[in-house]
Amino acid sequence: MLFSPAAMHIPDGFLSVLLSIVLWVISIMIVAYALRRVGKDLGERQVPLMGLLAAGIFAGQMLNFTVIGGTSGHLMGAAIATILMGPWAAILIMTSVVSIQALVFQDGGLLVLGANIFNMAIVGVTVSYMAYRTVIMIAGKKKMGVLVAGFIAAWLSIEITALSVAIQLAISNTSPANLAIPAMAGVHALIGIGEGLITVGALAFLLSARPDLLQLSEAPQVGSKMVWLVGLLIAVSLVIASPLASTNPDGLEWVATQNGFLGSAQEPIYRILPDYLFPGISNQSLATIVAGILGIVIVFGVSIGVAYTRRNRQASGG
Amino acid sequence: MHIHFLDPYQEVSSPIHRADSRVKLVLTLAFILTTALIPIGAWPIYILLVAIIISAIILSGVGIIYVMKRAVLAFPFMLAALPLVFTTPGLPLYSLNIGSWEITMTLAGVTRFISIALKSWISVQAAILLTATTPFPDLLVAMRAVRVPRLIVVIFGLMWRYLFVLADEALRLVRARAARSGDSGITGFNSGGSFTWRAQTAGGMAGNLFLRSLERSDRIYVAMLSRGYDGEVRTMPLPEMKV
Repeated sequence: MLFSPAAMHIPDGFLSVLLSIVLWVISIMIVAYALRRVGKDLGERQVPLMGLLAAGIFAGQMLNFTVIGGTSGHLMGAAIATILMGPWAAILIMTSVVSIQALVFQDGGLLVLGANIFNMAIVGVTVSYMAYRTVIMIAGKKKMGVLVAGFIAAWLSIEITALSVAIQLAISNTSPANLAIPAMAGVHALIGIGEGLITVGALAFLLSARPDLLQLSEAPQVGSKMVWLVGLLIAVSLVIASPLASTNPDGLEWVATQNGFLGSAQEPIYRILPDYLFPGISNQSLATIVAGILGIVIVFGVSIGVAYTRRNRQASGG
Repeated sequence: MHIHFLDPYQEVSSPIHRADSRVKLVLTLAFILTTALIPIGAWPIYILLVAIIISAIILSGVGIIYVMKRAVLAFPFMLAALPLVFTTPGLPLYSLNIGSWEITMTLAGVTRFISIALKSWISVQAAILLTATTPFPDLLVAMRAVRVPRLIVVIFGLMWRYLFVLADEALRLVRARAARSGDSGITGFNSGGSFTWRAQTAGGMAGNLFLRSLERSDRIYVAMLSRGYDGEVRTMPLPEMKV
């Protein structure tokens, strides 16, 4: 949003072309799967419900409250959408919100829209879902448990999304890792408190006004274990990678050089080879971690895609 | 706060407004992709790209000032790239002393930062031009033409249709809160309760808005059913390409 202090919507020009395309591919596969899933769960109600809730979350991002002086707290909405509608519907809702913001209001770029969908709709939703489920399991489904779980899910979704943005910027070599990651993490730790408190306020209101809504989302959905696991993987890997990346920025710079190199393709490929020997052992391990995270994400994306095509074939065959 | 929700479409008659939305969408994406692929420090190409986009803006008649004002949106994010000025290794240009710190600007760093900022600025102008010259329904047609799934396009369309209704609901909630909390309008002199209390109130408003959108979606669903909706989204065939 125009007045939001949260630097979540990446504009065009800040990510390398290669990274933008990889994140587009992952986002398209996951959103296509979510579309199919939600279509099955909601049937013909899917279109009006998703459209209206996306408009509602968009409008909800206008609500703010003064924190101190001229600053104010805002809502991103991934956590509240996930808690009330389940992960798949929330992915669709947040994808619609982020896409319209980019297409019409230039909040975030068009070439990097895949990355913004990945950060806000996929990372934000899976992490919220994982946090909410986990806390509910520990704290129980009483009012207090729901509120605490809501706060933690909202805070964590903002924080992990911010880390994801910072790491993507560092990989694209548009922001130095040793400054971007701590700065994004620090600022969003505070912004996340605002998100958490608004989410708790909304949940408290809904618990007294329409408790049936929260019961509804309790119903187990197919594939929810996988969402939980993906959320956990994303959160854990980003939390581990970030401090490593910010203390040894050379490693990420190395990835960035490779990436920028592949993106612009100005020099012959064989020039990469000497660079493999260039970083020390600690840097190499870091590069491996980053590559590993990307690998995990890609593997999950591909397996979802494969599962999706298989399901189609089964449906048409049987 | 309101300005952000005005439809960015500018009603002017120009060759760019009359061009087919599919052509405009594909050209805009190609232009942004081209800009992203230009290497760092390729100044002549940047000048060429700026010249192209500015000519297109002048041709469209939406007003260069309008586009520049909206393009300011991309500026806050440039802060993220600013540290590159100091961290990129290269020829030292100038040293700053901040307390006991000494940081050095390098030529490579400044080149990199200015290139990123320029590329981002050029791209955002292209996106602004697209939305300023294309009504949203035409943009939906263009999305269908480039094979965005039909369901997603329909959801976008319905979202757009009710965005302004729900934004108005949100603004009414904000106005009601301002009316009841004796807002003094003086910064630093906040009305009503503690920080957490204010956050809870905003949360209650968000929950309220969520409930209103949910209930409105119920009514719309019933209205759709009564007009023969059966879950199948039927769309008009894509219009003939305008020449």
